[in-house]
Amino acid sequence: MDWSYIFAVMVTSAFGLQAIVFGLAAIGINVQFGYTGLLNFGQAAFMAVGGYAVAVTVVELNMSFWWGVVFGLIGAVILALLLGVPTLRLRADYLAIVTIAAAEIIRLILRSVTFKDFFGGSDGKQAFADGFFAMNFLPPDADLRIGPAVVNESQLFTYIVGWSLVALACLVVWLLVRSPWGRVVKGIREDEDAVRSLGKNVFVYKMQALVLGGLFGALAGFITAVGAQNVNPDSFKTDATFFAYAILILGGAARVFGPVLGTVIFWALFQGTDVFLRQAIDAGVPIVSLMDGTQAAVLRVMLVGLGLMLLMIYRPQGILGDRRELALDAR
Amino acid sequence: MPDNASTPAAMSRHEEAMRILADVPREPGVPKPDPILVADHVTRSFGGLKAVDVSHVEIQRGSITALVGPNGAGKTTFFNLLTGFDTPDTGSWLFNGKDLAGVPSYRVARMGMVRTFQLTKALSKMTVIDNMRLGATHQVGERMLQALLGLWRGQEKTVTAQADELLARFKLLEKREDFAGSLSGGQRKLLEMARSLMTDPTMVMLDEPMAGVNPALTQSLLEHIKGLREQGMTVLFVEHDMDVVRDISDWVIVMAQGSVIAEGPPGEVMRNEAVISAYLGGHHDKALTDSGVSFTEEASGT
Repeated sequence: MDWSYIFAVMVTSAFGLQAIVFGLAAIGINVQFGYTGLLNFGQAAFMAVGGYAVAVTVVELNMSFWWGVVFGLIGAVILALLLGVPTLRLRADYLAIVTIAAAEIIRLILRSVTFKDFFGGSDGKQAFADGFFAMNFLPPDADLRIGPAVVNESQLFTYIVGWSLVALACLVVWLLVRSPWGRVVKGIREDEDAVRSLGKNVFVYKMQALVLGGLFGALAGFITAVGAQNVNPDSFKTDATFFAYAILILGGAARVFGPVLGTVIFWALFQGTDVFLRQAIDAGVPIVSLMDGTQAAVLRVMLVGLGLMLLMIYRPQGILGDRRELALDAR
Repeated sequence: MPDNASTPAAMSRHEEAMRILADVPREPGVPKPDPILVADHVTRSFGGLKAVDVSHVEIQRGSITALVGPNGAGKTTFFNLLTGFDTPDTGSWLFNGKDLAGVPSYRVARMGMVRTFQLTKALSKMTVIDNMRLGATHQVGERMLQALLGLWRGQEKTVTAQADELLARFKLLEKREDFAGSLSGGQRKLLEMARSLMTDPTMVMLDEPMAGVNPALTQSLLEHIKGLREQGMTVLFVEHDMDVVRDISDWVIVMAQGSVIAEGPPGEVMRNEAVISAYLGGHHDKALTDSGVSFTEEASGT
């Protein structure tokens, strides 16, 4: 058992690409679900819109990376409007049903054979991130070493941009939720009729929250696309949405730093468990070594599910949350 | 505003309203001298059941009007229709001369007609003061961009001062920082009423303000409702308790099976044959008024 390796993996995962991507996605869900009470089960679709916008703009339209970002943000707004207009006047569960279905529709279109020339089918798109890495100001040998793990300068640049976006997103959320705007959406989360009776246009607020959360989802899509230098329809499965929910609930919904803390802990544990189990198998630890590496990878997903259940039972407000203002029971 | 100072003035407002309404004929749908709200042919069906079928009704400005009737008479449905929380099948109604039919509920509130709910909607996961602040209309900080830029701090002070003033009047100031969920049922009713006043309304619609309130608080709640009339607001409220109705209302509108069946001052309406038979099924000939008998029924399901 190489403990220093396990530790290094946990640290790099805690602050690595996945942590950034799912942190941003969870911040978006925090705006929608945590503060406003909107059950968006289609965050993966917003991530896909962001990621594919960059990839397709660069590869198929021969336009710059920045146009990809612009199209991605516009795409996320349009998607939010499309999802919100028919459902936000109805009860909250309709939004949940529509978003989860829409996310799957989008993923299946992206991976379909019909649009293979444009979206790349199940292979996805590659070789579009040059414009992003051209901005890399780090010297070529600026590697970061954490024990046995090495973070090269491209990864480091991606992480710096990614965590800056996380910080920016947190700032936006922080400014909004302490303002009268935040008061209105928290009121909507609890009882929208009460808010309506006080002269607030509830529909507009819900739409704003849905759009803003979707934009954060698109940011997550950008980062995963450039960080992996690859977009693939299967990285935007519903699992992605539920990982983001797990992260949000772990860290604490309706807390500005809940998603950030959640993503750091989640990925450290998630990847840490994987290496730990593999090492334990290699070391021939009894019982554990009955599995092979593939099974161990599945087991950790089960452990995530178990962890989520335990969390919901014993600490539904998450690490940072306040049980008194918990919205998990609301609609 | 101290209660003892406001009492003589409230009496005079009450007397003034009584005087104006004295010459109004006691019949359903009668025109009033100065109506703030005029409703025509308002109907609403749920499946085969015609829940509301009001051909004409007017509410006198500056008065306290009670809307009474047995369970299932359509009072709350009528309330929901008037305030835009439900859409009627037919009908139109004018509030302050403006057509309100089809106007969404939030805009009704902005136009000065604010409502409370039968099941109190105090936002229990917010503090009392935040509940109050939420009520203020035209807040710049409720717009997303201005909220981001922090352009709301000045107005927030004004709003908070206004909220504190109302909390003091409703004797909730010491609960200011508590979560609204920790208040008693009666205090929540008070909070909801105070919060609705933050919208600066001209007409206040109270759906069963006394339901679930302990007797000790009833009197204070009644004084507050009288205080609204004192400030020149018009009050329309749904109530089951006839003692309450007799105590504070200037005019009573009786609904049964969706329609207005009688109108008049509280004392007279309770002697009305149609009213007694609507409440008691038409088999009782005993007068209800001077015995203190209350019409109180189960407060739910109206």
